[in-house]
Amino acid sequence: MLQFLLHGLTVLLLPPLLPGLIAKTKALMAGRQGPPVLQLYYDLAKLARKQAVFSRTTTWVFLAGPVGGVAAGLVASCLVPFGHTPAPVSFEGDVILFAYLFGLARFLTILSALDTGSSFEGMGAAREATFSALAEPALFLGFAALAKATSSLSLSTMLAFPGSLTARFTGPLILILAGWVIVYLAENSRIPVDDPNTHLELTMIHEVMVLDHSGRPFALVLYGASLKLLVLGTLILTPALPRAPHAWQNWLAFYAALAGLAVAVGVVESSMARFRMTKVPQFLVAGVLATAFAFLLMLV
Amino acid sequence: MSLCLLALLVAAVSGVPGLFLRRQGGEAAAGLLGLAAVLGLTAALPVLAGGTGGTLLLRTAALGSPGLLALDPLAAFFSIPVLLLSFCGGLYSLGYWEGHRGHTPILRLVYGLLTASLLMLVMASHALTFLLAWEGMALAAFVLVMAEDREPETRRAGWIYLAATHTGTLLLFAAFALLAKVQGHSAFAALPAGLAATRGGTALFALFLLGFGFKTGVLPLHFWLPPAHAAAPSHVSALMSGVLLKMGILGIVRFLSWVPDPPPWWGGTLVALGALSGILGVAFALGQHDLKRLLAYHSIENIGIILLGLGLGTLGKATGHPAMQTLGYAGALLHVVNHSLFKGLLFLSAGSVLRATGTRDLERLGGLGRTMPWTSAAFLAGSWAICGLPPLNGFVSEWLIYLGAFRGLGLPLGLGRQTWPLVILVSLALIGALALACFAKAFGAVFLGLPRTRTVAQAAEAPRTMLLPMGLLALACLAIGAAPALFAPALGRVADSMGGSLGGGEALRALVPLRMLTWAAVILGLLALLLGRWLRLVPQGRDLPTWDCGYAAADARMQYTASSFADGLTRGLRWALRPVAHLPRIAGWFPRLARYESHVPDPVLDRTASPALQLIVRSAGLLRVAQGGALPVYLLYVLLTLLALLVWMVA
Repeated sequence: MLQFLLHGLTVLLLPPLLPGLIAKTKALMAGRQGPPVLQLYYDLAKLARKQAVFSRTTTWVFLAGPVGGVAAGLVASCLVPFGHTPAPVSFEGDVILFAYLFGLARFLTILSALDTGSSFEGMGAAREATFSALAEPALFLGFAALAKATSSLSLSTMLAFPGSLTARFTGPLILILAGWVIVYLAENSRIPVDDPNTHLELTMIHEVMVLDHSGRPFALVLYGASLKLLVLGTLILTPALPRAPHAWQNWLAFYAALAGLAVAVGVVESSMARFRMTKVPQFLVAGVLATAFAFLLMLV
Repeated sequence: MSLCLLALLVAAVSGVPGLFLRRQGGEAAAGLLGLAAVLGLTAALPVLAGGTGGTLLLRTAALGSPGLLALDPLAAFFSIPVLLLSFCGGLYSLGYWEGHRGHTPILRLVYGLLTASLLMLVMASHALTFLLAWEGMALAAFVLVMAEDREPETRRAGWIYLAATHTGTLLLFAAFALLAKVQGHSAFAALPAGLAATRGGTALFALFLLGFGFKTGVLPLHFWLPPAHAAAPSHVSALMSGVLLKMGILGIVRFLSWVPDPPPWWGGTLVALGALSGILGVAFALGQHDLKRLLAYHSIENIGIILLGLGLGTLGKATGHPAMQTLGYAGALLHVVNHSLFKGLLFLSAGSVLRATGTRDLERLGGLGRTMPWTSAAFLAGSWAICGLPPLNGFVSEWLIYLGAFRGLGLPLGLGRQTWPLVILVSLALIGALALACFAKAFGAVFLGLPRTRTVAQAAEAPRTMLLPMGLLALACLAIGAAPALFAPALGRVADSMGGSLGGGEALRALVPLRMLTWAAVILGLLALLLGRWLRLVPQGRDLPTWDCGYAAADARMQYTASSFADGLTRGLRWALRPVAHLPRIAGWFPRLARYESHVPDPVLDRTASPALQLIVRSAGLLRVAQGGALPVYLLYVLLTLLALLVWMVA
């Protein structure tokens, strides 16, 4: 029970910390002081009080993106295990529901971008649709390999298998995680796929889709994005974490790993530039290939 | 059974009153179709609930034991989309077709006949009734496709359809003849064990697959499908895409249910065909500008998904893994019903767009979400379901197939066959992502943003008779998606009639936690309501321009178009789509007005079949030299032939 409570609180309260950590890491690496780590919390509180502005072109679909993104993200968050603490809800085949909930969030975000009739947001939406079509097979190939290794179809057992302990699965596991890191960076629109900081709308994918959102809808967008950062992050972290005997140790390890992931994303963002748009598909195909090889290794 | 026969008769005569009534013929037809639906469902539902419901009829000594028509679980299952969709189409045509277009009484009559022949087809349990109904369906559909025969495009589509369907029927004649030779009779019955592995079994499989493949529109036999669906009136397109194509699936399913021991490569073949149709179907859909052609290519994609499920089930049956078999077949069969629901919904809402604006061209539409809110909601529900997104019905059937494939991964199938479940998984994931992109494009281009022409800006919402059937179909999509556990027992029973050994819907319910989907749907809905409510609590500023990076005078022509939206993906799929672009040549400092055009021709029809047929016609023209029309010359031919024969006989 306590575990579930902690799970819920983590999902509701922790996500906005991750973008803050990433931003702080980037600032420190660039020799700046940077915004406070809790900046996103302040932003959310401010946005929740502000008036929302709607273009006269938009319909109710405009709100479906932010609402759907957060709702689907929250339902999906019930299905993932945080480290070696099992998920509150797990059943046979929750993997697919998990992946398709993110599909739903993406679909609604794209539609709410197109609802404004702006060509910038149209461009962002088109890129999101294009790149995610390449990220999806990588995600599923990884799931297939893990399902093969654990003969299970539930995230709680699939991800929490002690891959690092059995020598046979170490190789494939590294490949899966490498592929998923690529998916992670693409799905969360981070460098090298997308630069969340640029102000030239033309260069962006996710940020450009939400140019017209303001006030509370924008707060939902920001929270939804950070939630995605957390929930997809657990996919990568959980298989890599060693299992500890005590529950509190597992939680501690998970939080530490989460912070480490945020810092790692910050380091990646500071140390490399965004790819040209035409290079992004190649990067994503690399992810597909890594997971495909992982599956082949599982077969042998 | 007698109820079902009554339904068949009522449907067949539904157009007759319209021949005599001056007014309200359409209402009479819709009413009779509704009556037929009620009668048919009353007969079919008990069968699905586990009753025997009267299975045999018209038994004669000459025809063998199963008789001409039988209402078995498969027939009852397939009759549901037939009844539901034909009623919805009949109701829809009141607002869509009646009054302002020609040939109305004839069309009503043929629409009723089509429904009746579809019903007869699903119940057929003998080659004779099956082929009769098959041909009736093909001809009725031809007449309906040709409804607007003043358009040259429609005439071309109609003839291509007729040629394709008859080629398929010819193959079916061969298949049933071979079946009769093997079995000794033409009734539908289980084949003897061991037959499938012989050469006769292989020939049967190939003939049935090809013959039914023409009807389902599996790649590369799909070429008749996009033009016919685009040209037909929308309620007919809905019925064709939702039900007619499924009759090919029904045929394949029936054949598979007769075979007790299919070889594993049958499953592999089905999976390969399914992956090909699924991925290329959605790829071609991405390249379309015509709303109804786009939907037609999506039918090919969904047929691909159904074949993936059938292939998985067959693989399970062949290798003796009942869980995989049940999940594969149940997923495929559920997808049959699901696709007819959401594709019917999509075609009906596309029809209401067409009626309101007069165009199917995605680049001329836009912004209809404001003027046609209900149609827009219906199209969104259909898109949501067809992309397989929870909590609508498309997700449930794809989920079943996914689960079966994941289970297949863990089974010792042998190294070569191990890849088939993986192929299914990856194709489904890819199809899902591409379909999402394609429907974001279609919905965005038609309903969101600003209207691109003045007629589109003045479009009015469809009348209630058109909205009602759409609402009905959307509700059905939601019901299956949110409460799949209710339908699991019936589905399990039908899946078991494929020669399974698991024992009814209980097995299916034990295999998959369908109840969890209901919880997910409820929580998702509650969260969305809550968040939506929270958004409305603060003051809002409305009636302002779109931000557009500070440019306040953005107009409809500056919007992102459907083609640009799909450009990234069609570029990536260039190797398959081979788009044709007519680029303008821009020269000088003040270039003249230029025109850019691009389209994706169909690889089979436009690049293979059409040129090949033209070549045949042209070479046949060479023979005209010999056909001078002069009698003496013909006499000379006869003489020469006789001489040649004489020489041959002597030698």
